[in-house]
Amino acid sequence: MAETTTAERNEAAAEIWVSGTEAPEVSEWMAASTDEGAQEMGRRETPDRAVEQRGARVVDDWVIDDAVADDERMMVNMGPQHPSTHGVLRLNLELEGEIVRRIKPVIGYLHTGMEKTAETLTFLQGPTNVTRMDYLAPLHNELCYSLAVEKLLGVDIPPRAQAIRVLMTELNRVSSHLVATATNGMDIGALSMMMYGFRERELILAFFEKTTGLRMNHNYIRPGGVAADLPDGWEDDVEEILDRIPKAMEDYEDLLKENSIWKGRTKGIGIITAEECLAYGITGPTLRAAGVDWDLRRSQPYSGIESYDFDVVTGRRGDVYDRYRVRIGEMLQSLRIVRQAAETMPRGDYKTGDRKVSPPPRRRINESMEALIHHFKIYTEGFKVPEGETYTAIESPRGELGCYLVSDGGGRPLRMHTRGPSFSNLQALPIMMADSLVADTIACIASLDPVMGDVDR
Amino acid sequence: MDWIDVLLVVARVVAVFALLMGVCTLLVWFERKVVADMQNRVGPDRAGPWGILQTVADGVKLFFKEQVTPRKVELGLYLAAPMLAAVPAFLMFMVVPFGRPFTITLGGEERLVPLQGADLNVGLLYVLAMSSVAVYAVVLAGWSSGSKYPLLGGVRATAQAISYEAAMGLSLVPVVLFTGSMRISEIVAAQSSTLTFLGWNIGFPAWNVVVLAPSFLIFTISAVAETNRAPFDLVEAEQEIVGGFHTEYSGLRFALFFLAEYINMFTMSALAVTLFFGGWSGPAWDGVLPAAVSALLPTVWFFVKVLVFLFIFVWLRATLPRLRYDQLMTLGWKRLIPSSLVWLFFIGGALAVRRFGLPWS
Repeated sequence: MAETTTAERNEAAAEIWVSGTEAPEVSEWMAASTDEGAQEMGRRETPDRAVEQRGARVVDDWVIDDAVADDERMMVNMGPQHPSTHGVLRLNLELEGEIVRRIKPVIGYLHTGMEKTAETLTFLQGPTNVTRMDYLAPLHNELCYSLAVEKLLGVDIPPRAQAIRVLMTELNRVSSHLVATATNGMDIGALSMMMYGFRERELILAFFEKTTGLRMNHNYIRPGGVAADLPDGWEDDVEEILDRIPKAMEDYEDLLKENSIWKGRTKGIGIITAEECLAYGITGPTLRAAGVDWDLRRSQPYSGIESYDFDVVTGRRGDVYDRYRVRIGEMLQSLRIVRQAAETMPRGDYKTGDRKVSPPPRRRINESMEALIHHFKIYTEGFKVPEGETYTAIESPRGELGCYLVSDGGGRPLRMHTRGPSFSNLQALPIMMADSLVADTIACIASLDPVMGDVDR
Repeated sequence: MDWIDVLLVVARVVAVFALLMGVCTLLVWFERKVVADMQNRVGPDRAGPWGILQTVADGVKLFFKEQVTPRKVELGLYLAAPMLAAVPAFLMFMVVPFGRPFTITLGGEERLVPLQGADLNVGLLYVLAMSSVAVYAVVLAGWSSGSKYPLLGGVRATAQAISYEAAMGLSLVPVVLFTGSMRISEIVAAQSSTLTFLGWNIGFPAWNVVVLAPSFLIFTISAVAETNRAPFDLVEAEQEIVGGFHTEYSGLRFALFFLAEYINMFTMSALAVTLFFGGWSGPAWDGVLPAAVSALLPTVWFFVKVLVFLFIFVWLRATLPRLRYDQLMTLGWKRLIPSSLVWLFFIGGALAVRRFGLPWS
C-alpha cells in the first residue's frame, strides 16, 4: 500500500466533509463538521448571543449588569453526569455565587438516530422503534406513529381497539406523571415522594406487563389496532388501579400541597408566561400551567377520546407549583377517562379486519392459502402505504407529540420525523431561569419533566 | 490525684469514644431502617440480623477503598479536613453526662465517677466552640477540593454555620440564665426535681422545656441546621451540588465525614435531652430495685430520650423538602435570631423581677 502524506489524507477527508472548498487543517474541519463546541454557551462579549441565550428575545426583561467583575463569575457544567439532570442533559451555567446568570442546555448525549432507523423498518416494525423515544410514555409514541400510518393507509380501526388505545395511553399518562411528580419531589428534597410515586407507578406497569408482556417499550399499539386483546380479568386490575391511585394521591397532597417549604420552593419559581410559551412552542402541562387552555385531546381528538368526559386542567401563574398542580389534576382526569373507557369498553375485534394491514389469526394460516400469503407478505416486505405525507399529533404527557411521516408508496417510510415535546419544552429553561438560584435550576428542570430520549431521539 | 484517678479519666474517655463508635454504627442502621419503613421499603436486611451489621460492612468497605486524590487539591488542607470534622465531633460529646455519677472504692478510697468524659465548668461554651470548629472542616474541605460543586458547598456551609451558630448560642443563653450555671452536670441536677405550680407539686419533672419552650424550639431547629441534616442539608444537597463538600472525597476520608455527621446528630440529640429534658434524670427507684439496676436506670432514661430525638431527626428527613439557600438565611436571620433575642430579653426581665422584685416596688 502506497504511503500517503498527511496533506493528502487531509484532502481526502476534507472532500468527504466539505467538498468543493479548500481543504482546511484537520482540527478545523473536525470542528466544522462535527459541531464540536458549537452548542457551548457563548461569551458575554457577544451580546447578541448572550441575549439569545438568556431567552430575552421574546420578552426583553433582562438588564445587563456589568457591575460584577469577571472573576466573580463561574462557569459550571451541570451534567451530563449529574444526579438530577434527568438522564444526560447538560447545562452550561454561568454563576455569580449562587445566582444563575445565564444557562444553556446542551443536548445530544442520547442521540441514537431513531428517526433515521425508522426509514429502514417496515411500517409494522415502526412502533418497536418509536416506543423507545419517550421512554416514560412509550404507548403515546406508538399511538402517534400508528395514527400517522393509519391516516396514510386510510384504514378504519374497530371501536374496541380505539377504546383500548385510550385506556392504555391514559394509564400511561398517569404513570408518566407519577414519575414526574416523584422526581420533582426528589429534586426538591422530598425523598419520600420519590418512593411513593414509583410505588403507585408499579401498579400500572404491572398491568402493562400483563397486557403487553413488557413494562416499557411495549410495541403494543400498532398500525391497524393493538397487538393483543386485554388479558382476562383486566377489569379487576383496572378497578384496583382506579381504587388505589386516587387514595395514594391523597397522601401526596398531605405531604406536599400545603407544605410551606414545598410551597416556598415552588411558588413563583421558574415562571413562564403564556406569551413566552406560545412563542417557543411549549406545550403540555407547562403550557397549561401558564393558563392556556390547550389540549390536543380536546382540540384535535384522536382514537375517539372526544366521546369521554374530562376537563382540561389549567394553572394560573405558570410556576413550578402550578405545573405540579396541573400534573396532579391531569392524573385524576386521566383516571376519569380510564374509568369511562373501562365501563364502556365495546366488544369486538381489537385490530382491523383488513388483512393487507393486520396479520391473520394463526389458525387461519393453516386453513387458507390467502391468509398464508398475507401473513408472509406482511412479515417480509411489510404492507404498502400509499404515497403521501402526514403530520399527526397527539397529547403526550409532556405535550404535543407529533409524527411527520412521508411514504413513497413502499413498505417503509421515506422519512419519519418526530416532534418531541421535551425538545421544545427544554427551550424554556433559559427563560425560566433568569437570575434565579442554583437550587431553582433543579426545580425548573424537574417541573419541565424532560425525557432525554424524547429530546435527542 | 493519684494514678488511679488518671486511669479512671482515661477509662472514661475511652468509654465515651467506644460508645460513640457503637452508637454511630447503630444510628446509621436505625436511620436507614426507619426511613425505609416510612417509604415502604425494606431497608438493609442482609448483613447480620435485621441488617444490623450493614454499617460495619459499609465501614469495612470504605476502609479498603482507594482514596482518590484529585490533581487540583490543596493537599494539606484536603487531608486535614476529614480529621477536623471527626475530632470535634468526638470531643463535643465529652461534656454530656449520660448517666448518674456513681462511687467506686479503688485503692482504699471512695472515688466519684461521673458518667461523662469531662465535667467542665464552661461546658456549654465548650460545646458551642466545638461545633464552630467542626464547620471549618466543611469549609476547608469544600475549598481545598479545587472543584466547583464542593466550593459551592463550602460557601453554603460558611453562611449556614455562622447564621445558625448565632441562633443556637442565643437559644442557650436562657438556659444558662435560668439554671445559673454553664456546667452541664448542674444543668441536669437543676432539672431533677418535680415542678411546683402555684404552690402545688404537680409531679411533672422540672424540665427546662416547660419554662423555656421557645428556646427549645429554636435550639432544635438550629441543631438540625448545625448538623447539616434535612431539611437544612444544603451543604451536601445531592440533587443540586452533587455531594457538596465531600464530592471529591472517597474511601476512609469520606467515611470520617460520614462518621462525624452521625456523631453530631447524636450529640445534638443528647444536648437537647440534657438541656431541656432533664438529661439522665428520671425515676431510679433507689432501694426498691437492686443497687446495680438503680445505678443503670438513669442511663437507660437518657438513651430512651435521645432515641426519641433521633427518631425526630430521621422523621424530618423522610418528610420535608429541602429549603433554598436564601430561605435558609431568611429563617435564620429574620425569624430565629430576632425571636431568640426577644425571648432572651423577656426571660432576663422575668428572672430579674423574680430576684429583685418589680422596679417600682
